[in-house]
Amino acid sequence: MPVLEQQSDVLQQFSRGEVGAFEALFLRHQGEVYRWILRIVRDPAMAEDLTVETFWRIHRAHARFDPARSFEAWARRIASNAALDYLRSTKPETELPDDLPQPMQPDPAISQELRQKTSYAFSRLPPKLRIAATLALIEEQPYQEIADALGISVGAVKLRVFRAVRLLRKTLKQQGVEP
Amino acid sequence: MREPDREPQERIEHLLKQSLPPTGTRPRAALDRDLWPAMPRRLDRQSVAVPWFDWALLAALALCLAIFPRAIPVLLYHL
Repeated sequence: MPVLEQQSDVLQQFSRGEVGAFEALFLRHQGEVYRWILRIVRDPAMAEDLTVETFWRIHRAHARFDPARSFEAWARRIASNAALDYLRSTKPETELPDDLPQPMQPDPAISQELRQKTSYAFSRLPPKLRIAATLALIEEQPYQEIADALGISVGAVKLRVFRAVRLLRKTLKQQGVEP
Repeated sequence: MREPDREPQERIEHLLKQSLPPTGTRPRAALDRDLWPAMPRRLDRQSVAVPWFDWALLAALALCLAIFPRAIPVLLYHL
């Protein structure tokens, strides 16, 4: 049987609620869902938990899935919502972080204190703005992909990024940094 | 919609990448174990959850019984 036909069969079976098809989709897409969530939450252990949470939501919503549409895009949308719910449930940092990861090519003009202040300001952004800014500015994902994953237009993504940058500059200025 | 001012955005972008490096450059960027063993446990927990509208229905029933206590025997008769 051709591969595409097999995939279509798996999607049909999944939408009917067959556990075997769900397992096959889980095994095929878990890595991709994990990487997407990791880009948003930036914590590998939490990304693993949220990957399982995402597939639980996928399983719960199997009857609403249209097998004619892309499973990857649908899963990414659900993953983004799960990650957003997690960000909303966490409290923003109240102090400067002291365990920042080192960049691949550190810029000597940017001090450790400036990096701490930037990370702190970023953690204070509202979750919706933080997701858009993380995916667009740090992870350099295409705007169209971000828009599809968040269920908004490309224009709305650009607006969120713009508002995130403006808020970051304001918070940094309050800390005495002129970005 | 207003276009973001490019220069400040690029400066902020550079600052962010220095402070929060892209996940692709960090350890555990890819999934290094199979998560399927955790999935059946999560699916089992599904049956414990009660949808919000069930709680709303229960609250409405309790309110009705508080307002009309004479309805309690009628309700018990029909249960």
